[in-house]
Amino acid sequence: MSGIGSGITGEMKEMTYAFPIEGGDFIKAGHASSNIKKILNQLSLDPAIIRRIAVAMYEAEVNVVAHAYRGSMKVFISPEKIRVRVEDEGPGIPDIEKAMQEGYSTASEKVREMGFGAGMGLSNIKKNTDKLDIRSTINKGTVVEMTTFTKPKEA
Amino acid sequence: MRIEDIIQELGITVFTGGTLLQRPVRGAYVSDMLSDVMGRAKESDLWVTMQTHKNIVAVASLKDVTAVLIVNGGKPDEDTLALAESEKIVLLGTHEATFTVCGRLYQLMERDAMV
Repeated sequence: MSGIGSGITGEMKEMTYAFPIEGGDFIKAGHASSNIKKILNQLSLDPAIIRRIAVAMYEAEVNVVAHAYRGSMKVFISPEKIRVRVEDEGPGIPDIEKAMQEGYSTASEKVREMGFGAGMGLSNIKKNTDKLDIRSTINKGTVVEMTTFTKPKEA
Repeated sequence: MRIEDIIQELGITVFTGGTLLQRPVRGAYVSDMLSDVMGRAKESDLWVTMQTHKNIVAVASLKDVTAVLIVNGGKPDEDTLALAESEKIVLLGTHEATFTVCGRLYQLMERDAMV
């Protein structure tokens, strides 16, 4: 991964981390997000910004666990933004607009009993990221790319 | 208000994080839906829930809540306890139902002008 955006001084490099996500493994859901949060905590970023991206990462991770067969979470950290790319092999999302609506969920009863499937995942992601891009192919999978800027937008 | 103040006033069991009870509690959020907590709980809240599985630790740690209070006499399993200890998450328990414990908690916070 080279060629990060403009405005970054010479020696500042983009750091990349990747974590696998197992579909159906609810016990481990949140594992990748927790690991990445620990990395972010060491970077002296604003804790409020870390919490925003942590919420987005967790929701994206749970979506893979709940709906896909397997996937991965890649995180690209640069001084000005944190970009997270969650990719899965799964059924895909037939209607992204509908899936974005709060309260809409296709999660199973078992999953809901555990407290997942409130239909708030994608809206939580939207609220906690500055840029969100979702691409999905039926019977193939979904790619969710989200970016949170490390400093207030207008700064 | 600190976690230990709430424990003392409400007769709560400490499952994990016995050394972290000086942490401040600034408010509370009640929900059994994890995404609802992710979306609406605030940092340093006490999170009240009936969920006991391992994922409550991930949610608590990602949101930086002060502690998780499990209602209805629910007990976290060994896996959850071990993860909570290693992630430094305070897990608490009460035999009371959500309505009762939250009523008492609200009174306590009202007394301290927190709500």
